Amino acid sequence: MILSRRAALGLLATAPAIAPMAANAETFAGRYAYDPQAIGPGLWLVRGADEAIAFGNGGAIANAAILACPEGGAVLFDCGPSLRYAQGLAALAEKLCHGPVRRVFLSHLHPDHALGTAAFDPAIVAALPATRRELERDGNGFADAMYRILADWMRGTAVALPAATVVPGPIEVGGRRLTALALHGHSDGDLVLVDEASGTLLAGDLVFHDRAPATPDADLAAWRQSLDALLALPHRQLVPGHGPFDPTGTAAIAQTRDWLDWLEPALDQAVTQGLDMTEAGMLPIPERFATMKMARYELQRSVAHFYAGIEARRLPRIDGTG
Amino acid sequence: MWANHAAWLLGKAPVRFDPAVIVTMPDVTENQHVFPVTVDARALPKVQRIVVLMDLNPLPVAIDYQPEGALAYVSLRIKLDQRTPVRALVLTADGIWHVAGRWVDAAGGGCSAPPVSRVKGDWAQHLGEMRGRLWPQADQTRLRVTVRHPMDTGYVDNIAAYNIESLRLRGAAGQALGTMTINGSVSEDPAFTLLLPPGLGGPVQVHMADSNGRTFDGTLAP
Ligand SMILES: [Zn+2]
Repeated sequence: MILSRRAALGLLATAPAIAPMAANAETFAGRYAYDPQAIGPGLWLVRGADEAIAFGNGGAIANAAILACPEGGAVLFDCGPSLRYAQGLAALAEKLCHGPVRRVFLSHLHPDHALGTAAFDPAIVAALPATRRELERDGNGFADAMYRILADWMRGTAVALPAATVVPGPIEVGGRRLTALALHGHSDGDLVLVDEASGTLLAGDLVFHDRAPATPDADLAAWRQSLDALLALPHRQLVPGHGPFDPTGTAAIAQTRDWLDWLEPALDQAVTQGLDMTEAGMLPIPERFATMKMARYELQRSVAHFYAGIEARRLPRIDGTG
Repeated sequence: MWANHAAWLLGKAPVRFDPAVIVTMPDVTENQHVFPVTVDARALPKVQRIVVLMDLNPLPVAIDYQPEGALAYVSLRIKLDQRTPVRALVLTADGIWHVAGRWVDAAGGGCSAPPVSRVKGDWAQHLGEMRGRLWPQADQTRLRVTVRHPMDTGYVDNIAAYNIESLRLRGAAGQALGTMTINGSVSEDPAFTLLLPPGLGGPVQVHMADSNGRTFDGTLAP
C-alpha cells in the first residue's frame, strides 16, 4: 500500500472538495463517555472499558487519572487513545479542577494510553526517556494500527512526542506533590507516580486488576522486579492501568504477579511438550483467574509475543552444526 | 475470488464444505505476519493432500502437504495481507475436496502491536538453522521443526522473492513420511507441527530446499 490509511484519512480531512466524504465525516456520531470516580482529595479515576481496542469502545480501554493542583489547574496521568478522547478528558479535568491542564504524564508508550497527547502542547507532556525512544520507534506503527481499527474516532490524531522528561524523584505541579519512579518490564519505560496527598500509587500498566495483563513489549523478569518494588513502596491505594480501582493498594499487584508467574512457565512447558501456538493459545486458564476479564485474549496475544523466542531457546538444534 | 481459486486449484473435482476438517486459529490477529493455523483432518479417510489457502492474499496458497506416511494434520504460521478467508482444502482418495475455514481480519485488534513486525535483520548469519524434536505419544508421534529463513514474498520493498519451497520427511528405513510445497506466504522462520503414526522407531530425516537452490537437512529424534 502506497498511502497508509492514516494518511488517506488525513488527506480527506483537508480536502473539502470531496464533498460526500466531508459530509460523511460530519455524521460520525461517536462520543466518548467519561465517568470520573472520586478516589481521594482532588483525585479522580476515569475508567477505561475492560475490553480489547475496538471500534465499539473508540479505543478507550485504559484508565486515566485527574489530579487537582492546590494552586489551580490539573495534572493528567495518561490521556487515552485519540485526540478526541484527550480533548474530552481535558475539558472534564478543567471543570473538576477549575483551571487548565498544567501537566500530562505518560505512563508508557502504548497507544491506548499515549496517542491522546495530540491534544496538548508537547511542552506540558512528560514521559521517561525510554518511553520517548519507544514512541519514536513504534508511534507511527501504532497510529496506523489504531486508524485501521478505530477509523473516525482517530480523526486528527497524530503522534506527538512528549517534550518534557520525567526525572525520578519528587515532583511538584501547582502545589500537588508527587514522587516519580522510573521502572520497566511492561515496556522499556514504565512511569509510576505516588500522589502524596492521597497515598495513591498510579501504577500504569505495570499493574492490571481483574483484567489480564498485556505483554507486547514485556520483559517478564524485569516486570516481576518492578512489582516487588511497588509492593515495597509506601502507599495506601492503587490505580491500575486497566481494571477497577484497588483500595487495598496490594491486591492488584499480587494478582498481576500471580498471572505472570503462571504465564511464563505455562508457555515454556507448552513448548517443551511440543504444542503449537494454536494449542498453547487454548491452554486451560486456572480457575483463580476467573475474575480476570480478557484472560483468553491476552493468553493468545502472549503466545504470539513469546512463543518463537521460547522455541529458539528450548528446541534442540537438529542440523548437526549447532 | 473463491470461485477463481477453486477453479484453478481444484479443477472440476467435487468440493464440499466439511466439518470433519477442523481448522483452529486464534481469535486475535496479534501479528499479521505470524498467524498460527492448525488443520486437523484425521477424521477423514485416506487424505492425499492438505492445502492451506488465503483467498485474498497475493500468494494465496501457503502450503500443499501430502501426508504420505503421516497423519492428516499440520500446524503452521502464515502471513495475512488483509481481511481474508483462511481455508483448508483436504483431498481424499475418492477425489473429493473437503473444505473448512473462516474469515480472518489482518488488522485483528492486536491493539498494542505495530502492524508491521520488526523483521529480524540477522537471518543471513542464521540461515537454515533448524530446531525440532519428536514426542512419541500413545496414538501418534508428534513432530515439530523450525528453520531460520527470511521467507521474502517479493512483494515488499523491492526485496526479491526468497523462500523455502519444499520440505520432505523420511523415516529411518528411508520411507516417505510427508512432502510439502511451501510458498512465501508462510511466515519468516517457518515452524511446522506434523503428526506421524505411533511407535515410529528411530530418527526422522527432514530435508528442505529454498528458491535459491540451497538445501537444509536435519535429524529429528525424541
Ligand atoms: Zn500497556
